[in-house]
Amino acid sequence: MTKKLSELRRGEKGMIVKVNLNGLTRRRLLDLGFIPGTIISVVFESPLGDPVAYLVRDTIIALRKEESEKIEVELIN
Amino acid sequence: MFWKRREKNQQLVQIEILPKRKNKIIALAGNPNTGKSTIFNRLTGLKQHTGNWPGKTVKKAEGIFEIKDVEYTLIDLPGTYSLLSTSEDEEIARDFILFGNPDATVIVCDASVLERNLNLAFQIMQITNRCILCVNLIDEAERKGVEIDKETLEGELRIPVVLTNARSGEGIDELKEKIFLVSNRFLKLSPKKIQHKKEIQEKLNQLVPLIERAFPGLYASEWIALRLLEGDKKIRKAIELGNLLELINKGLNNGNGELK
Repeated sequence: MTKKLSELRRGEKGMIVKVNLNGLTRRRLLDLGFIPGTIISVVFESPLGDPVAYLVRDTIIALRKEESEKIEVELIN
Repeated sequence: MFWKRREKNQQLVQIEILPKRKNKIIALAGNPNTGKSTIFNRLTGLKQHTGNWPGKTVKKAEGIFEIKDVEYTLIDLPGTYSLLSTSEDEEIARDFILFGNPDATVIVCDASVLERNLNLAFQIMQITNRCILCVNLIDEAERKGVEIDKETLEGELRIPVVLTNARSGEGIDELKEKIFLVSNRFLKLSPKKIQHKKEIQEKLNQLVPLIERAFPGLYASEWIALRLLEGDKKIRKAIELGNLLELINKGLNNGNGELK
């Protein structure tokens, strides 16, 4: 089952399947390690729920909803 | 302080991002938090502030060190994930690697997350042949059960690979030796390059010679050509106006690079 990265909750683990962005933002996210096939999980959520910090390839990176809703993940156990 | 007034039409102004060219210039590049500053301190004996957080080295730091009684200038660059970056500290690193033309670039990696670090390594290998991969923090990687196959890595990337633990000093002598060999051109390297798609490569083949003819002495002309193909307006405008080199001196994206 795939869902948006922005819908991933704490305690869940996902695998990135698609990055639906173009141009510089896409490039930037790929550079930061948001590459299809990568395992990702939620580490912190800010009080208002945006941005959210993710653990991706051993590094914590925060994304705003703008970006995280354009990344598709597949839930894994 | 008295500055000599610059002659009006003087063309050859020292490029700001270029340090004095007396010594060979060695750049330290790498992802944030891979121990670049610890390596820097090891080599130079200086006490650049080190700390365990990203973005600590906001400006580039310069130091001197010796190999075989010859002085080298070492530039510690801010950590960056990419050469296509958008934040200010990352730009300093990017501009230097692209246009500073260092005699050797040491790409510092975190051994336990090597894969993530190789993204930048490939981007740098695309621009300069004279690079060394320094796989740092091997002690921590070992603790996590990660073992680095140095020979295979060297064979694949076709650049020297040195395993270091900068905190204890392990591997630093070997790193110096490799810096010596690469910066003095005793080792001829041809790193593995990313192959562009055929259409893109054809366009590059047309564009690069044109750019090189228009801006002699420009490094990273392929990088500029790729930015043009991506539709970077700023670079396009600079090429049309012929002041690409001036724009580069000011920093490509720092907002002050306003064109006349």
